[in-house]
Amino acid sequence: MLVAVIVALAVGTYGFRAAGVVLHDRLDLPAPLRRMLPLAAAALLAALAGTAALTDSGAFAGVSRPLGVAVGAVLAWLKAPFVVVVVAAAGTAALLRLAGVP
Amino acid sequence: MRTAERTAGSSLARDVGAIGLAVFAVGMSFGAIAVAAGLPAWAVVTMSIVVFAGGSQFMAVGLVAAGNPFAAVFAGLLLNARHLPFGLAVADAVGTGWRRRLIGSHILIDESVAFTMAQSDPAARRRAFWLTGATLFVSWNAGGVLGVLLGGAVGDTDALGLDAAFPAGLIALLLPSLRDRETRNVALAGALVAVATTPLLPAGLPVLLALGGLLLMRRSVA
Repeated sequence: MLVAVIVALAVGTYGFRAAGVVLHDRLDLPAPLRRMLPLAAAALLAALAGTAALTDSGAFAGVSRPLGVAVGAVLAWLKAPFVVVVVAAAGTAALLRLAGVP
Repeated sequence: MRTAERTAGSSLARDVGAIGLAVFAVGMSFGAIAVAAGLPAWAVVTMSIVVFAGGSQFMAVGLVAAGNPFAAVFAGLLLNARHLPFGLAVADAVGTGWRRRLIGSHILIDESVAFTMAQSDPAARRRAFWLTGATLFVSWNAGGVLGVLLGGAVGDTDALGLDAAFPAGLIALLLPSLRDRETRNVALAGALVAVATTPLLPAGLPVLLALGGLLLMRRSVA
């Protein structure tokens, strides 16, 4: 049963990935739809960032994580290097948790 | 020109390396949690290699351990359906030819898409896609193997704040494209819809609903 789960998950996930990559050329999308693709990716990535920053298993993620992400976002806004953004976000969340903040 | 290119290349490698370290640590925690949930070591390592989608792997381990294999597959695939529109958006960076598409499709993950979308020049997009995908494939699986071996000795990665590192990294990669007003409207509306519906809907669906943000697109062609 475990093997079936792994195979089904692997085949299905690969199917989604390959479908997008292959269909891009096969479909010969009209220009307005083609223009939509980067916007769709931006919407999905923003949604991933938003849900990962604020929620955990469908509930509010607490305080430390959103504050850590907020520090990172402000630094990114100020054009800090990417590595600084990521380390500052993680460091802020870690320190807040060390201080007992949920 | 050449210096600028080299600088861009090495800063990309450094940025990808930072995310690679975080992915390595989360991969370790996946390996440790999966073994603790009762999965055999070979299954954990195999799953990481052939599925290579962290969120769905954590979910599958939890649901399999709870005795619900069908939900594990269904929920995991719902979570991964976003890769289809992602594939459409970065197909140019994957490249042409069957070998590139076969391998490139497998390393198409959130991070490789985010790093690719942050580049505009075709060659830079290709480099960002392949470097990010390949680096994270190696670090995720190396972390997973180490987590399986160390088991309970792996601590909680949340203590390191790594759960804050991923959204922050995504935001940093998205920010430049948000300078365009249309992209900003669509992306923020999408994020809002996803966050608002997360408490109500099964995982994966809220992020897909973010595509509704496309309704805010300007009608450029009549």
